[in-house]
Amino acid sequence: MRIGVVTFPGSLDDSSALRAIRLAGGTPVPLFHASDDLKEVEAIVLPGGFSYGDYLRCGAISRFAPIMSSIIVAAEHGFPVLGICNGFQILCESHLLPGALTRNQNLHFVCTDQALIIENTETPWTNGYAKGDRLVIPIKNGEGSFQASPETLHELENEGRVVLRYADKNPNGSQNDIAGISNKRGNVVGVMPHPEQAIESLTGPSEDGLIFFTSVLHTLVGR
Amino acid sequence: MAIIVVDVMLKPEILDPQGQAVASALPRLGFSFAQSVRQGKRFEIMMEGEPTQSQLAQVEEAAEKLLSNPVIETFVVRVES
Repeated sequence: MRIGVVTFPGSLDDSSALRAIRLAGGTPVPLFHASDDLKEVEAIVLPGGFSYGDYLRCGAISRFAPIMSSIIVAAEHGFPVLGICNGFQILCESHLLPGALTRNQNLHFVCTDQALIIENTETPWTNGYAKGDRLVIPIKNGEGSFQASPETLHELENEGRVVLRYADKNPNGSQNDIAGISNKRGNVVGVMPHPEQAIESLTGPSEDGLIFFTSVLHTLVGR
Repeated sequence: MAIIVVDVMLKPEILDPQGQAVASALPRLGFSFAQSVRQGKRFEIMMEGEPTQSQLAQVEEAAEKLLSNPVIETFVVRVES
């Protein structure tokens, strides 16, 4: 199962995402922002980092990279896409996901192991979890505060599209403690925490993040 | 030469922690005038001659597509000669 990871200028966690895919049992495929070639992958991860220096707004310039035009079309046809941190910001700027990620409420860059609750297990990226599962996964961002209009929030909550919620404490002022959401169809998921940094006990606070990657492999095999 | 100015501001309902930080720094310097502060972005776009209606329409489009994020921000375009 070929899963692509896009490298933008300023991506940081692309190699960690490729590694997570490999450890989950998939075939990691590096993709490049300047090409629109998806190299026959079956799912895509947009990794964390500071693409284009986060100039203008986080994700705003990446959204117009050649690879994104292919990803936007594929995502609209049900292709599984996971945006992690900066990847989540890019998905919001691309309007594949609603809302926006804004400056953390306390203005601090937050880097910590964060407790989270899984809310939606219907997506291709979370179907290996059980609803209510409690995870500990690192977060590391300065602009992770999820903001959306009251109508959009209502829609997200009503349709069960909040995938992941902060537990114990809200680190950044995100509305409704939202740490991750999906699109209407469920194939596009954005999360602020970094599951690719929690895949083995040697290097992460837990192995809780690995299931994001085994979930999508399971989904693809089942097709 | 004309300068086209695009001012981008967070919508009033969106939390602006940067503006809040500025607002709380002002009284520390002895400035007591501010009830609150909102911080935004200003773009200055240089152009040869006076902009035509169609160029201004393009700036509006660019402001909506790239310079601002309509989910959280509003913008105003104006010409300074």
